[in-house]
Amino acid sequence: MISRDDVVQVARLARLELSEAELERMRRQLDGILAYIDQLKALDVAGVEPTSHAVPLTNVMREDEAAPCWPQEEMLANAPDRAGELFRVPRIIED
Amino acid sequence: MSATVGTGWEVVIGLEVHAQLLTRSKMFCGCPAAFGAAPNSRTCPVCQGMPGVLPVVNRRAIELAIRTALAFDCRVNEACRFARKHYYYPDMPKNFQISQYEEPLAEEGVLEIDAEGASRPIGIQRLHLEEDVGKLVHEGTLETARASLVDYNRSGVPLMETVSKPDLRSPEEAAAYLKSFRAVLVYLGVCDGNMEEGSLRCDANVSLRPRGATELGTKVEIKNLNSFRNVQHALEFEVTRQRRALEAGERVAQETRLWDADRALTRSMRSKEFAHDYRYFPEPDLVPLTIARAWVEEIRAGLPELPRRRRQRFVAQHGLPPYDAEVLTQSRALADYFEAAVREFPQPKTVSNWVMSELLRVLPADDERAIQGAPITPARLGGLLALIEDGTISGKIAKDVFEKMFRTGDDARAIVAREGLTQVADEGALAAIVDQVMARNPKAIEDYKKGKTAAAKALVGQVMKATGGKANPGIVNRLLEEKLSKT
Amino acid sequence: MTGLTIHELGAAYRRGETTPTQVVAAYLARIERLDARVGAYLTVTREAALRAAAAADARHRAGTPLGPLDGVPLAVKDVLCTRGVRTTCGSKILERFVPPYDATAVERLAAAGAVLLGKTNMDEFAMGSSTEHSAFRPTKNPWDLARVPGGSSGGSAAAVAGDLAAGAFGTDTGGSVRQPAAFCGVVGLKPTYGRVSRYGLVAFASSLDQIGPLGQDVRDAALLLGAVAGHDPRDATSVDAPVPDYAAALDGGVRGLRVGVPREYFIEGMDPEVGRAVREAVETLRGLGATVEDVSLPTTDYGIAVYYVIAPAEASSNLARYDGVKYGLRVGGAKDLIEMSSRTRAAGFGAEVKRRIMLGTYALSAGYHDAYYGRAQKVRTLVRRDFARAFERVDLLVGPTTPNVAFRLGEKEDPLAMYLNDVFTVPTSLAGLPAVSVRCGFSAAGLPIGLQLIGRAFDEPTILRAAHAYERATSWLARRPSLA
Ligand SMILES: [Zn+2]
Repeated sequence: MISRDDVVQVARLARLELSEAELERMRRQLDGILAYIDQLKALDVAGVEPTSHAVPLTNVMREDEAAPCWPQEEMLANAPDRAGELFRVPRIIED
Repeated sequence: MSATVGTGWEVVIGLEVHAQLLTRSKMFCGCPAAFGAAPNSRTCPVCQGMPGVLPVVNRRAIELAIRTALAFDCRVNEACRFARKHYYYPDMPKNFQISQYEEPLAEEGVLEIDAEGASRPIGIQRLHLEEDVGKLVHEGTLETARASLVDYNRSGVPLMETVSKPDLRSPEEAAAYLKSFRAVLVYLGVCDGNMEEGSLRCDANVSLRPRGATELGTKVEIKNLNSFRNVQHALEFEVTRQRRALEAGERVAQETRLWDADRALTRSMRSKEFAHDYRYFPEPDLVPLTIARAWVEEIRAGLPELPRRRRQRFVAQHGLPPYDAEVLTQSRALADYFEAAVREFPQPKTVSNWVMSELLRVLPADDERAIQGAPITPARLGGLLALIEDGTISGKIAKDVFEKMFRTGDDARAIVAREGLTQVADEGALAAIVDQVMARNPKAIEDYKKGKTAAAKALVGQVMKATGGKANPGIVNRLLEEKLSKT
Repeated sequence: MTGLTIHELGAAYRRGETTPTQVVAAYLARIERLDARVGAYLTVTREAALRAAAAADARHRAGTPLGPLDGVPLAVKDVLCTRGVRTTCGSKILERFVPPYDATAVERLAAAGAVLLGKTNMDEFAMGSSTEHSAFRPTKNPWDLARVPGGSSGGSAAAVAGDLAAGAFGTDTGGSVRQPAAFCGVVGLKPTYGRVSRYGLVAFASSLDQIGPLGQDVRDAALLLGAVAGHDPRDATSVDAPVPDYAAALDGGVRGLRVGVPREYFIEGMDPEVGRAVREAVETLRGLGATVEDVSLPTTDYGIAVYYVIAPAEASSNLARYDGVKYGLRVGGAKDLIEMSSRTRAAGFGAEVKRRIMLGTYALSAGYHDAYYGRAQKVRTLVRRDFARAFERVDLLVGPTTPNVAFRLGEKEDPLAMYLNDVFTVPTSLAGLPAVSVRCGFSAAGLPIGLQLIGRAFDEPTILRAAHAYERATSWLARRPSLA
């Protein structure tokens, strides 16, 4: 069973602020989903290769050619906050 | 000298070096990888991690990493793949870094370092590729800044991480490792080695254990070692800090510390910030690589001779003293320069003397670009040495000519002709001058006869002075000897 | 002027019976009149559509149309990036995001002369099966406005079903094109993974996502697929294989085709009307000359469990970038960066997205990685093997697209109950195989039922050919929803 502490820790890793009520609801829902997922434990997967790609491709590479960059203004246009040519973020160190 | 001497502790150090690769474009997109441009002017949706974009591997980056792996005698893995490494930091636009985890490009290599006069192999654990992050500028320092600013130009530049085994036993060895490492990379042409601009960056893992112990002590990671001096100073500081703690019966905390070069100390980074759970999984947007043996062999065939082997060859083939060989192989450009000059003027020791005493007086040995662009080309140096060899100019005059060649870029013969520096080798003319000098210096002749051979040298000097330094010293010596013996 | 299929429109343009501008204007008018009730669109690109239509007019007048899509009004799911047109993914966090670039599929549609009417509603970040998880509004099913259109491409399916676009594109990660196609009674195709470039498709689960067409009939779906399929050097997972002429491959019937019917696709708790309609469809195919045999896909039951590890794991990674730093929403007033990002994500993501981010983060975290993510990847291999074995004996598989017809808005509150709706679509996604859903009947309440045809990798022509033969042998398409 997933504990409240687990949920707090996962929310921290996922950068999600959850209210007390949300925490408990999330815990309950995750618990239900994980219980369902646990049926996978019934299968014998010894010696089975994992699948991370549905299509067996290998060695897809591009040549080292520099393309023109995108206009600076276009790349900054969606910034929620900026200082001139730079993106601006609140202080990084936690108080 | 070493921070550990006289103690009962053994120092154990491993280095992680990140090197930016000299590709034209970034690791996963076509933006130029070169350093220096207006902030956020060298980005695209891919390296800015916009919604919907996908990475595509730069073949050249793989090639350069294989090149490096081969130089370190690593095993290049046939199957290698990229993985996502997750942590939040605003300089990393996707909040994950495409790196390699379970199947790195190469493993198990070795780098020979010179430690206290002897050579020692240092194990290389793994070598893998990843993408660089952007740059943060703090409004103030990281600690005091109310805000930070982000420039994503560097985001996505190919970065090669090489992790050494914990085989280094002192801060000096760590610095020596980094020096050799850098030399190899620059030799291979895979990295420009510029530590100030951050092309080469280093983190260290340090621990102490009682001498004779086999288990490792608690490891502290030190970040931000961006010069050879910093590596050595930071490690010396850290070794002393840990030794004092251990000797006082305290425990060393497993943590990440930052080297503060201004205050010359390492300080703990807030552990919360670095308590990571990277949640690696295979990058679904990139397919696995199968490195063909044929490709590896093709890259191996194109490898240049590495500094160490070249140094040995300079001694064996050119008959140079080990000291000369070491100086001349400090950079690939310098070694190439030397060998090109030897092809023009096949007297290696003479060429070596001139390169070491004259060329390196005006150019730094490790400045590849300066040496490649030296106004005195290897061919011109050969030409100058040939003029000494055939007696056209004296060695002394040659040094002046060298300086003029460096200043003007002209060739030696032109300068000698223009300035009338040709050595006077006409015996009749020199005999007349010798006679005049002897006539003016009866005292010196008397001294010579009394056995003061130094007097002859004074007379040679007078002849040289009278000819403006252009007299052929060999002929002058012989004429003087003949005439003195006759008086 | 609305309601013609794409191939009928093309013929009408060629004969000069109507023009792209007239047709586009008619669609825009219909959207204006009816979409308030359906909610298919999040953004209507009226001006750009009329400009593109005028350009298409000129090409048709000159007798030089770009192809079968020239001047055809289409809608695309709001998860495909459109240069200069906001792309929200149905999320508050991207409400004001305007991409500086076009998705490859969007670019190819423009190059084919298609006219973009607008961007369609969807479950937030394509996570959902009802389009109720859109941050902006739910979309209604044109057959019954009290019911959901399915999801996550519910807006695209409703647009096609409601004649609010001649055709549309959605994305399918675990059934998000096929399930809404079934619920709305249109044709929806999920191509083989790697067949259509994902460049510019805002990722949900990268190893599963594919862009797929929704059309009024099989021929339309084939034409739409042909316009976007093919290798793209910007997508390393797109396959460099020739693109067949899908429309030309439609004829030829099913005589001699071996059709497999997976035993596990007829389950307890399934709507009996759906089971009956699908079995009748199988008999129709047999009647057309196909040989039918029973096959088994034993891991079918585990598909949902595998999917709900792998998809959230990849999603938790793909959605990490929405942190209030570079684009999209930022919540102000935070004292530091972590607080800003955590609050932005809390305010910007809806409950379902948060749930999946949490689930995925948990499944990848230290101590649980092997038990969940690692194991799910291995079971995914078993799922693929099931299909590989089946395709040794048959040319295609046929079964229901969904266990039920469209449910009522608000009916499925329990997340797990909603997830189970994808039981027949998820395994194909895990295996990367192509599958198409076509209408195969109606429930007593008049709701469409979907038949799913699953093919071998890159064998879209066979499933389209079989679907086309079935469509021609039946008259289900004659019935249309009445919105007016
Ligand atoms: Zn870029």
